[in-house]
Amino acid sequence: MDLFRSTILVCGGTGCTSSGSMKLYSRFEELLAANGLEKEVKLVRTGCFGLCAAGPVVIVYPEGAFYSHVKLEDIDEIVSEHLVKGRVVTRLLFKDADQAANEIKPLDDINFYQKQKRVVLRNCGVIDPENIDEYIAFDGYKALAKVLTEMTPQQVQEEILASGLRGRGGAGFPTGLKWKFAMGSKGKKYVCCNADEGDPGAFMDRSVLEGDPHAVLEAMAIAGYCIGSDEGYIYVRAEYPIAVKRLEIAIEQAHEYGLLGENIFGTGFNFDIHIRLGAGAFVCGEETALMNSIEGKRGEPRPRPPFPAVKGLFEKPSILNNVETYANIAQIILKGADWFKSMGTEKSTGTKIFALGGKINNSGLVEIPMGTTLREIIYDIGGGCPNGKAFKAVQTGGPSGGCLPASMLDTPIDYDNLIAAGSMMGSGGMIVMDEDNCMVDIARFFLDFTVDESCGKCTPCRVGTRRMLDILNRICEGKGEDGDIERLEDLASSIKASALCGLGQTAPNPVLSTIKQFRSEYEAHIYEKRCPAGVCKNLMKYVIDPEKCKGCTACARKCPAGAISGEVKKPHSIDTTKCIKCGVCMDTCKFGAISKK
Amino acid sequence: MPISQDKYNKLDEVIAANKGQKGAVMRTLQAAQDIFGHVPKDVQIRIAEGLGTTLSDVYGVATFYSQFALEPRGEYIIGVCLGTACYVKGSKNVLERVCKELDTKVGKTTKDGLFTIKDTRCLGACGLAPVMMINDDVYGRLTPDKIPDILNKYKTAQ
Repeated sequence: MDLFRSTILVCGGTGCTSSGSMKLYSRFEELLAANGLEKEVKLVRTGCFGLCAAGPVVIVYPEGAFYSHVKLEDIDEIVSEHLVKGRVVTRLLFKDADQAANEIKPLDDINFYQKQKRVVLRNCGVIDPENIDEYIAFDGYKALAKVLTEMTPQQVQEEILASGLRGRGGAGFPTGLKWKFAMGSKGKKYVCCNADEGDPGAFMDRSVLEGDPHAVLEAMAIAGYCIGSDEGYIYVRAEYPIAVKRLEIAIEQAHEYGLLGENIFGTGFNFDIHIRLGAGAFVCGEETALMNSIEGKRGEPRPRPPFPAVKGLFEKPSILNNVETYANIAQIILKGADWFKSMGTEKSTGTKIFALGGKINNSGLVEIPMGTTLREIIYDIGGGCPNGKAFKAVQTGGPSGGCLPASMLDTPIDYDNLIAAGSMMGSGGMIVMDEDNCMVDIARFFLDFTVDESCGKCTPCRVGTRRMLDILNRICEGKGEDGDIERLEDLASSIKASALCGLGQTAPNPVLSTIKQFRSEYEAHIYEKRCPAGVCKNLMKYVIDPEKCKGCTACARKCPAGAISGEVKKPHSIDTTKCIKCGVCMDTCKFGAISKK
Repeated sequence: MPISQDKYNKLDEVIAANKGQKGAVMRTLQAAQDIFGHVPKDVQIRIAEGLGTTLSDVYGVATFYSQFALEPRGEYIIGVCLGTACYVKGSKNVLERVCKELDTKVGKTTKDGLFTIKDTRCLGACGLAPVMMINDDVYGRLTPDKIPDILNKYKTAQ
């Protein structure tokens, strides 16, 4: 193996790729060649580092220099200064709130990473996901070797059950139990992986697939050995082209090494994996709908029972686990159930990845032990809301979840606490909202999403959610009536009780939780015809403060509707009948004279 | 514009390769969309006949998934992300501005056939919210004012 004096890691996750990291990679390649450094400095394109807000991100070892917001023109300086002369380019280093100007903080000491525990994401941002040797060097496929040569399927299932691992897709069903049910069935069976990550604002599965695809393949093979299956399917969103490509490469490499295919490790165990692309239907994240979709049909859910463990894909017994769940499996096998249980809480063991986004300083992926409080995630890791705005709520669980207010920030996060608080774990989206977000509008946003994505098979979901959306639209337009809140609650409880699948049963949650936590905002919309956050356009108006207005005419010139009038150097005013509430005037005003009311 | 025979030949190859396979309808449709850019009725009929299934079956799948377009689409497909992270950071205003600049509604194609505007589900680039994609290019940290310059790049590329 070649020895290198330095290693450059360039983030190849979606966030950084979108902000141009692959151009940085090519530039490094060029400059390393031009300086004759190819044999001394290793260049690696990795998976997601997590701190997407600081992207594109580059790390240079052995110093551990963490360069953030790197631009193409900075690469010359990093090569000539850092790699040729050995001087870290301090101006490009990521700056923590409490960091001295020239200090190089090791990655683990940066506030964003300090409270995290990267178990699932251990290889993301560390290895080259397109090189199986790097995965193997980090104990890859060792767990598969262990189960095939030292353990019975029964022992594998017992170990997973003992670890307390629960499904990371949202509902939190014990993985070991799911496998046990499938073991009891006979004949041809299938192992499926749900990579149809559909919750808006959640992208952890994407990052795992892009950063560590072999971890999923290895776990599926282990699951295959456990339940007695020789064939697996990964159902992945077509909108994730990088993830699909890396999975294809990983499957091919695993075949070349004999880690997939026939007679794996000479034990007589056969296992193969196929990829199927989703075509953009949220309901396909539901297990029976997903199986219909793999079969090439409309992705409508099937009534249960029979459960997939008895009759699933192609009418054969099947298991379906989510990407993040699989990414835990190999480590549980290698390090044991007790190690896994040492992290997290009694009923929710291990870690969970959250996609922190919205009104937050450090948006990105964070992996924390279960039981960490919302406050620690949002303030210690996420750095709070930007621009000094006040925190209002955090939304978890996507369209199936709910909004939690500031009073619940000290809730330790686990499956059961979140459900008790009126939300749910979901796949791990965590969207922070500040004082400028209207909670009625957010509830409307989620309902709009579920109405759009409802497959139409059952009436409660198809018609019920539509009725709820109609009421919410009315409230946001200023036509809310007395009794609307109660009507929403009524519809919600009927839909929850009668919808066919998880999508419909949980669709009312965003509405119920915002009514519970922010009832006063609903009341302000309905009774006072006022949107406290100034989001609902029919319920707000822009006004010019005559005290602050200098009469510079900038707003009047920008107004697309010609609604602003006034003489030069004298206070202007807005004609609310002409105003289309686009907000251009407020963005234009340099004196802060225009506000929303 | 008549669709060239070459494309139909390619489609026939895909149909032949998928015939009798598990889950053939969806994969054939995905391949057909790659070939034609959308899946018009005559393509659906050809797939149904080729795979030995019914048109209702093929049409049912094609209309169920948002990926499939039954109408021709523009050369550039603009997808403005309306995932939660983008939404709370104002992607609705970005979408409105795109529609205004192109004088076209969401889901429709501009008269010159250059752009189709779509509101997409979460693109998974939440760290850069609000985000939009034009074909394979991703634009992040958008404000409505950045839209005209971005669109101009594509207009002048013609």
